[in-house]
Amino acid sequence: MDAAELPGAGMVTSTMTVDVARAREIAAGVVDPEIPVLSIAELGILRDVRSVADRIVVTITPTYSGCPAMQQIEDDVRSALTSAGCGEVEVQIVHSPAWTTDWISPEGHRKLASFGIAPPSHVDDVLCPRCESAAPKMVSRFGSTACKALMVCVSCGEPFDHFKEF
Amino acid sequence: MSFSSEVPALDPGDRVAFLLAHADDNMVLAQRLGAWISSAPELEEDIALGNIALDHLGVARALYTHAGAVEGIGRSEDEFAMTRSERDFTNVLLVEQPNGDFAHTMVRALLFDAYQLELWADLAGSDDPSLAGIAERALKEARYHFRHSSAWVVRLGDGTGESQVRAQAAVDALWRYTAELFEGAAGAYLPGWERQVAEVLADAGLSLPDDGYQRSGGRRGFHSEHLGHLLAEMQWMQRSYPGQEW
Repeated sequence: MDAAELPGAGMVTSTMTVDVARAREIAAGVVDPEIPVLSIAELGILRDVRSVADRIVVTITPTYSGCPAMQQIEDDVRSALTSAGCGEVEVQIVHSPAWTTDWISPEGHRKLASFGIAPPSHVDDVLCPRCESAAPKMVSRFGSTACKALMVCVSCGEPFDHFKEF
Repeated sequence: MSFSSEVPALDPGDRVAFLLAHADDNMVLAQRLGAWISSAPELEEDIALGNIALDHLGVARALYTHAGAVEGIGRSEDEFAMTRSERDFTNVLLVEQPNGDFAHTMVRALLFDAYQLELWADLAGSDDPSLAGIAERALKEARYHFRHSSAWVVRLGDGTGESQVRAQAAVDALWRYTAELFEGAAGAYLPGWERQVAEVLADAGLSLPDDGYQRSGGRRGFHSEHLGHLLAEMQWMQRSYPGQEW
């Protein structure tokens, strides 16, 4: 998803327009620490970047309740913006509407597959990210992180993670 | 009557109490499930129980934080979790019951997961947007939890003679903590819960206990002896070194 297409992107009215646009670009470039090919914009959790008074306010919606990466993402957004000279930065966590894997951009899907993680889809439609064979076997619905299930390809024999549809 | 219609009408003090009770349920169960990590029957189960525990912990954190915002005197999630005493915790007795054997843990999970399916589906319609968002996400997670616990209960109940005996013993031992889940407005969740649980137990070849003696008190802060031990272990660091960070 382009930063410009983010929810709330059109709402910004500020004398710091240029800075906000730049801040949005920087925030959008922060990557998920557990899936470093995916930016938080592609993951769909970056909901808004705006300027309020003299500070930048970034709004993030958590993925899974149990995702331990959220704190890290919060810190990374803050430090990326601060070190780029954006001044005072506030990161707000907003729970509603709840995040869904539908918010992962098409580019995000492509990057997940190239990283060896089957992108979110109904469990019957999962393809092996390596050889693209259908009907892999479910090993465990709870994989290496809260958001992934562990599967194994019956064709090439490789185990892989599936980003659970959520 | 259900909570989603009731919550916004409660006065702020009652709303905080409501949020804390559900946060406490999730916090205490997260501690119990986390204790299985490295001791589960297989590696995948270590990971699954660790992930489920993290889900519950995440829900607890979100609810504590939200309770702090509603209360408005600056109490943080850490203060709610780490500095309240046993009498202040209002989790249901079911979640604080010891892990026992694996069958015991899975039956406890089944009974609680089926309840949370009803709870989160209701609260997802709350007029409080933060609570609705937390519930909407937790509902999706609860479906994974329920699938996991129900599959295990069926496997154990319908497994070997030994696993059947243990699973039935767990059902019989834990049944007395189920009525408490449905006190007050939560009574609306009982029919859906009974349907789900009865179906899984039937698949597992396990029998529903006769209605009998039921324990209660957790929601009023009267706990079984097990909670104090759990909190002592969970809280001692913050109690000994207040405000310590790492």
